Amino acid sequence: MQDEETIPQTTSTEEFILNVGPQHPSTHGVLRLKVTLDGETITHVEPVLGYIHRSIEKMCEKLSLRQFSYVTSKMDYLSSHMNNQACAMVVEQALQIEVPTRAQAIRILMCELTRIASHELWWGASGLDLGAVSPFFYAFREREMITDIFEETCGTRLTMNYMVPGGVMADIHPTFVAKVKEFIRLFKLRFHEYDELLTGNTILINRLKGVGVLTKEDAISWGCTGPVARASGVSCDIRKWYPYDGYEKLDFKEILDSEGDCMARYRVRMEEMKQSAHIIDQLIDNIPEGDFQAKTKNVLKAPKGDYYTRVETARGEFGIYMVSDGSQTPYRLKFRSPGFSNLSALPHIAVGAKMGDLMAIMAMFDLVIPDIDR
Amino acid sequence: MSNEEIQILITEAAPGAVFEKSGPYNAAVIQPEFLYAVMLKLRNEPEADFDYLFCETCVDFLTYIDVVYHLESRKYKNQFVIKARLTDRVNPSIRTVSDIWRTAEYHEREAFDFFGVKFEHHPDMRRIFLEDEWMKGYPLRKDYDDPINIVSL
Repeated sequence: MQDEETIPQTTSTEEFILNVGPQHPSTHGVLRLKVTLDGETITHVEPVLGYIHRSIEKMCEKLSLRQFSYVTSKMDYLSSHMNNQACAMVVEQALQIEVPTRAQAIRILMCELTRIASHELWWGASGLDLGAVSPFFYAFREREMITDIFEETCGTRLTMNYMVPGGVMADIHPTFVAKVKEFIRLFKLRFHEYDELLTGNTILINRLKGVGVLTKEDAISWGCTGPVARASGVSCDIRKWYPYDGYEKLDFKEILDSEGDCMARYRVRMEEMKQSAHIIDQLIDNIPEGDFQAKTKNVLKAPKGDYYTRVETARGEFGIYMVSDGSQTPYRLKFRSPGFSNLSALPHIAVGAKMGDLMAIMAMFDLVIPDIDR
Repeated sequence: MSNEEIQILITEAAPGAVFEKSGPYNAAVIQPEFLYAVMLKLRNEPEADFDYLFCETCVDFLTYIDVVYHLESRKYKNQFVIKARLTDRVNPSIRTVSDIWRTAEYHEREAFDFFGVKFEHHPDMRRIFLEDEWMKGYPLRKDYDDPINIVSL
């Protein structure tokens, strides 16, 4: 009888804190998540940022209007073409530079190739996060072809710095068209392998379906953009809403899903790759002849005032707010990065999920930490 | 809602508002004490319906600090920029809008970190990028100088 009194009748759990990162393979960089757990259930998530904050905004204030785009390649390094494009566009807006049609076509081709490359890396890396190693090698088989194309025309493989105010820095390489065509042919031929490897996989479906649901209202309120928001049914593709550099002439679909869970985010990105290939198909044989760069002055000076441009990167809406005081350098630059706003929704939807689900949610958010920290 | 109607709406809530252009968008410069009333109106008025805050930041002009809000109405495909002018650079503070648009929560923490603008009633007003013990001032202000870690190239 005495034993029954000493043994507690109910068991209780206690909350404890687990640090995910800053050096964790699933965070894809130096992001630290302070996770409060009750058993295996997440009760609170707090992202700790700033491990690679370089204050690019402050640096840009001392760089000229031609120079500052070179630092922005290092923000979202998987969408460096789009970052440079936004920088070029904000200067073009300020100085009212007309971009030649040839340059516009080259820009779109480069951006869509970047989008495929970025989604390929996401696909391979999220396979790794969820315990599948082979997809990474399949993804890099195609991604290498794209980086080879970039290397020939732009000179580098990752941080290209190819878009300049008024157009692009150099004309495309003579083999560019043939190589892109060959890539698109192989990409379409091999795409079914991705679906066979990962999309239909029972383990993947079990880990993604119904996990980390983000509602449409929350997605708008948290400022989510890109595939994260489109998976929740928010139409937010800047290419469709506010077309720039000739996107209005092209035929492509904005991929929307209504479920808002991790599986929906996965589907949206997979479909987006096909749409990007479709855009390249339309343009690759129809690159207009002419100049690849408009004639601009050597020293650019933006008139006094505010400027704002928005582009669609692989992760969502990227905006640049520039304040100019009429000098050679921007007075203030603000980069509205998609990753920063998307991340703010992550603690909100991770509450109530299991610890293992957090890796799936993070993988499907496709976070690039330099983009968040800037 | 046309630009004129939005201007009337803002003037009702914020007397003395000055209207200008901010890049491709229309803008209003208002006094900080009217900010929250203006924002509530722009968000809740069915004809305005600005449901998306796509950018929030500060700009330091040495004598005053502007808090700049970029708003978008998805329904009407309309943008509007609100600038709240803070003349107090020693203890700048303004009402938060993070209860209207949740995305403002992180943007305001960033502005607090780099400009020292305090957002009242913010649910979590802490530093976001810099270390907690940071005592060297506000890096994105124009009069910031750090001789050791050179930021001005």
